[in-house]
Amino acid sequence: MKNDPSRRKILSMGAGLATLTACTSKQEAPSQVGAALSPYGNRSPHETAKRLPPPADSKTPATGGSRTPLQDSYGTITPSSLHFERHHAGIPDIDPARHELLIHGLVEQPLVYSLEDLKRFPATTRVHFVECSGNGGAEYTAAPGATAQVSHGLASCSEWTGVPVKLLLAEAKLKPEAKWVVAEGGDACKLARSIPLAKLMDDAMIVYAQNGEAIRPEQGYPMRLLLPGWEGNSNVKWVRRLHATAEPAQTTHETAYYTDLMPDGKSRQFSFELETKSVITRPSGGQKLTGGQGDYEITGLAWSGRGKITRVEISLDGGKTWKDAELTQPIHAKAFTRFRMPWSWDGAAVTMQSRASDDTGYTQVSQDELAAARGRNYRYHNNGIKVWYIQSDGSVSHVAQV
Amino acid sequence: MLLRFSLVVLAAGALAFGQGRIGRPAPEEKIKAINITTMSTGAGLPEGKGTAAGGKSVYKEKCETCHNEKLEGRTGQYPALVGGKGSLNTSKPVRTVGSYWPYATTVFDYIRRSMPYDQPGSLSNDETYALVALILNANGIIGENDEMNKDSLPKVKMPNAGNFVPDARPDVKAKR
Ligand code: HEC
Repeated sequence: MKNDPSRRKILSMGAGLATLTACTSKQEAPSQVGAALSPYGNRSPHETAKRLPPPADSKTPATGGSRTPLQDSYGTITPSSLHFERHHAGIPDIDPARHELLIHGLVEQPLVYSLEDLKRFPATTRVHFVECSGNGGAEYTAAPGATAQVSHGLASCSEWTGVPVKLLLAEAKLKPEAKWVVAEGGDACKLARSIPLAKLMDDAMIVYAQNGEAIRPEQGYPMRLLLPGWEGNSNVKWVRRLHATAEPAQTTHETAYYTDLMPDGKSRQFSFELETKSVITRPSGGQKLTGGQGDYEITGLAWSGRGKITRVEISLDGGKTWKDAELTQPIHAKAFTRFRMPWSWDGAAVTMQSRASDDTGYTQVSQDELAAARGRNYRYHNNGIKVWYIQSDGSVSHVAQV
Repeated sequence: MLLRFSLVVLAAGALAFGQGRIGRPAPEEKIKAINITTMSTGAGLPEGKGTAAGGKSVYKEKCETCHNEKLEGRTGQYPALVGGKGSLNTSKPVRTVGSYWPYATTVFDYIRRSMPYDQPGSLSNDETYALVALILNANGIIGENDEMNKDSLPKVKMPNAGNFVPDARPDVKAKR
């Protein structure tokens, strides 16, 4: 049985996924009429994949992050209900009829838009990931993330619909001195970030829809700024104000936070672009190859804030040799890309990792190579290679020995 | 024919955008009411004033439960507002307003927009200036009776000013 190649091995994903049960030819009980139709659907009660919110005893449960269970994901779209969260003062309850977006500052005609006004513009729909630049911040340390959710779950991917910001700015007529725009949220803390005008005139959007329905409250209902490929914090949620300025305002979230401290005591600032990254999601930390030796699929996600993923390689020998994985089509720029590779496990311990490349020619490097260039106080923008260790009993860990 | 017609309609429609015909002109009062941008140059700072000495009672009343008696914070819950001097190039950097923040105007901006955490937007401008003065004084940056207002605050030199550099990535290249 153990070496029977004709038997498909089923990879158990732990609590998140049910294993297949044998299909019997005869029904065990008479058929029954199922549940009634419903106005808004729910997933099967057997499915338990969930975000990880702050602990119940947190003094500030509305501030912090909750991560996407990437190890339980399929394809490239994150269900809106599992999109990661990062809030600094909770999720506001906003009546869309009363929400307005103000555009002012260095413009000829300050304007106010309602949600209905925005829907009069030609809508643009695109698939893009959003990632907190703190994602993977512990990967340099002695305690890298134990699961794909903990190490990489501050990233999610959705289909977004909204209006290009450049259309809105054209309506307000920017003055030539305008070089930055301070974007401000309508949450309690009025989170604010200064964005270079060039990005807003490029592919930035004000989005009001996510995965075919109105954007979720956790993601900025009724509207958020979407800066494809740029660090999550700058994609201001519940956006209520765009203030055109000549200089950045130097807000807290672009000085005290989201800046990277280098070994010489200097800090890198305005590091918006998220570099190429990948993580193997199956098999990954916390899971187990329960079928013993034999055939499995290795799969994971790759993304780049600079463009399209062009290549993902997988190494199963600690980085000595690499083999190309297959990329699932279509590949969108600045979006999750699913990679896959069939694999036959011989039952020995394996050191497994993926490295992605994008269409700028950039390829991911190891955590040690990153740390050599940046030191270990660099707590954001960690895009180093993630390594998983498969033990001979089939269990997968984030550290070599368990 | 039909195709040509729809192309013309599309072109005409596209021209309509960018003419200021969607949205309504923003009333000056609306802008005044919600514009709380503070620039590092001091632009956007309101009238008002305060000193560290004058800020003690409001700190006690509105900040101390979370940020603690000596502004030292509460580990794992509420950030410290003091300390960390000289730690930035060690293996245990402590980033605080005093050790890390490059502009004093940012402290005003943040307190005005986001603090107190459970009631942001509730402070008067005088209270905000006094609390900024108190935090700067606790970090040894200004004196207890130095008045903070829209002219003096942008002139305060923060210890870590000048230590912020632009993004230098991509900074590592894969060896193949
Ligand atoms: C109910 C608890 C609470 C109260 C009261 C409170 N704060 Fe805070 N404060 C916080 C929390 C939580 C944060 C961190 C917020 C975050 O992470 O986004 C914070 C952050 C700050 C920061 C930024 C510090 C840093 O380095 O990140 C400053 C400055 C600050 N508070 C000042 C004040 C002042 C001044 C008051 C009194 C008017 C005050 N706070 C009242 C909870 C509180």
